[in-house]
Amino acid sequence: MMSNSSNQPFELEQNIAQWREFVLRRAAILEEDADELESHLRDQIDALLERGLHADEAFLVATKRIGNLEAVSKEYAEVHAGRLWRNIVWGTDKPSWNTDFYLALLLACCAAVLFHLPKLFGVTPETHEWVFARNFTLFCLPMLGAYYVVKHQLGQRGWYWLVGASLGIATVINLMPWQAESATQSLSLIHLPLLLWFLVGVLYTGNWWQTDGRRMDFVRYSGEYAIYFVLLALGGMTLIVLTNGMFWLIGMNIEWFTHQWLLPSGVMGAVIIVGWLVEAKQGAVENMAPVLARIFTPLFTLLMLTFLVIMFVTGRSFDVERELLIGLDALLIVVLGLVLYAVSSRESNKAPSIFDRLQWLLIVSALLVDVLALVAIGGRIADMGFTANRTAAMGENLILLVSLSGYAWLYWRFIRGQRSFALLEQWQTRFIPVYAIWAAIVVFLFPLVFGF
Amino acid sequence: MNLSKDLMAASSTPIVLGVIAEGETYGYEIVKRVEELSGGALQWTDGMLYPLLHRLEKQGYLGSRWLVGDSNRKRKYYAITDEGIAALNEQRQQWQVINNALNQIWRDMTRSDDHDVQFV
Repeated sequence: MMSNSSNQPFELEQNIAQWREFVLRRAAILEEDADELESHLRDQIDALLERGLHADEAFLVATKRIGNLEAVSKEYAEVHAGRLWRNIVWGTDKPSWNTDFYLALLLACCAAVLFHLPKLFGVTPETHEWVFARNFTLFCLPMLGAYYVVKHQLGQRGWYWLVGASLGIATVINLMPWQAESATQSLSLIHLPLLLWFLVGVLYTGNWWQTDGRRMDFVRYSGEYAIYFVLLALGGMTLIVLTNGMFWLIGMNIEWFTHQWLLPSGVMGAVIIVGWLVEAKQGAVENMAPVLARIFTPLFTLLMLTFLVIMFVTGRSFDVERELLIGLDALLIVVLGLVLYAVSSRESNKAPSIFDRLQWLLIVSALLVDVLALVAIGGRIADMGFTANRTAAMGENLILLVSLSGYAWLYWRFIRGQRSFALLEQWQTRFIPVYAIWAAIVVFLFPLVFGF
Repeated sequence: MNLSKDLMAASSTPIVLGVIAEGETYGYEIVKRVEELSGGALQWTDGMLYPLLHRLEKQGYLGSRWLVGDSNRKRKYYAITDEGIAALNEQRQQWQVINNALNQIWRDMTRSDDHDVQFV
């Protein structure tokens, strides 16, 4: 763990993150216990630094004083005997299970009510579709944030952040003098959920946002959230189809109810319920999501490589249409999500495996697709000038270029055994704010620059 | 001076309960306070404190909550419950019995020591 014998500066944060991971590998020690131990470690390190020790010395002494982790985890296992089974038994021994669920349910209802509230004033999704398009993420994601403010006991500062940020964003988004049909509005609305998700992330991690380990937790959380959301959506769709069918069979058409009331309420509520599910049933998906990532990594690699080869063979590579460009960007975003999750779910101490090589291949093919898209956008901008859409696509692809290049380079060094995986993790966690800042730029600045 | 393992194990519960009875506090502060009280003689393996705290919480002697402290760090604070105070009082009586007995033995020993000196 001590790498400062060479000339490299000692990375305190990175070492703490590694230590934390090491602690968490024990089944008897849960996330919350690791939080507690980590805050102890940090207090100790701070005290030692104040006494004039160097960062590496302070880290060494502090971890030493925490003691032999084997013995400590044995103590944990003795106190919490049930925990060793948490991966096998479907359930949790947390006493707050019920209160958490009722809190999530309450907030889910609030989100659903918020969605239907404008209807009282004659504003319905049919008559004012843009009003709903602007606001529907603002109905539910702040509620998910509120869930974490309460659950993680962030106190007043958490509320200030949540209420301040969501009210601020809602005011700006709704007061902008939008035209009836505008590209900037669509762009703004596409990027708004990303910005709000970042806010959820900050609240989810609490004031640990600054640490790399916690940002990684957030990436993991996002991946598991996506899976649960899809599962819940499938269930919801089945329910609605069956409801419609059953009533149709007895000669009643209740589609007005399922589509205007049940569906939107369900979607709004699901956003918060899924947030609860991810934490309450963590053990269940924890094992499934990495498997899914492993299955889809080679498939996506295959898709992109085949696509690239066909583009070059048929000579269509420099003739990319607008729709295809949108498709390429969507593909790249999915791939980036896959990479983000795969990195977060990998144990950083394991030696490079065949999966890491596949992952590298995925990244490199994504990089090629990205370059292709950039060339196409560059061509379109040269021919027809800057518009909001082209600039947004250009910016996104440039950010992807930087991000993917970093991944490709660090993965390569890691596979060759020249660098540790921790550097790659650091690259990932430190890049997250870039995505959020870009989303904020598109949401707020693009309308000002390119007109409403 | 190295204290024996058994002694440390036996005394840790009343000491931890006693420190927390002084006011709501968190792990790192408890360790510091114990060092201070014992003049540095009682040095725990810090990691071992937390399973003990969790055990006492499970027994209903402590309550806990997460709070953001002054240095902007999230910490788990522990406070003693009524049951905890009762348990502490019971421990106190037991330890006083031992303490009295030992004190008497130490006194007798010094007296006979003095006695010995006179003979020489």
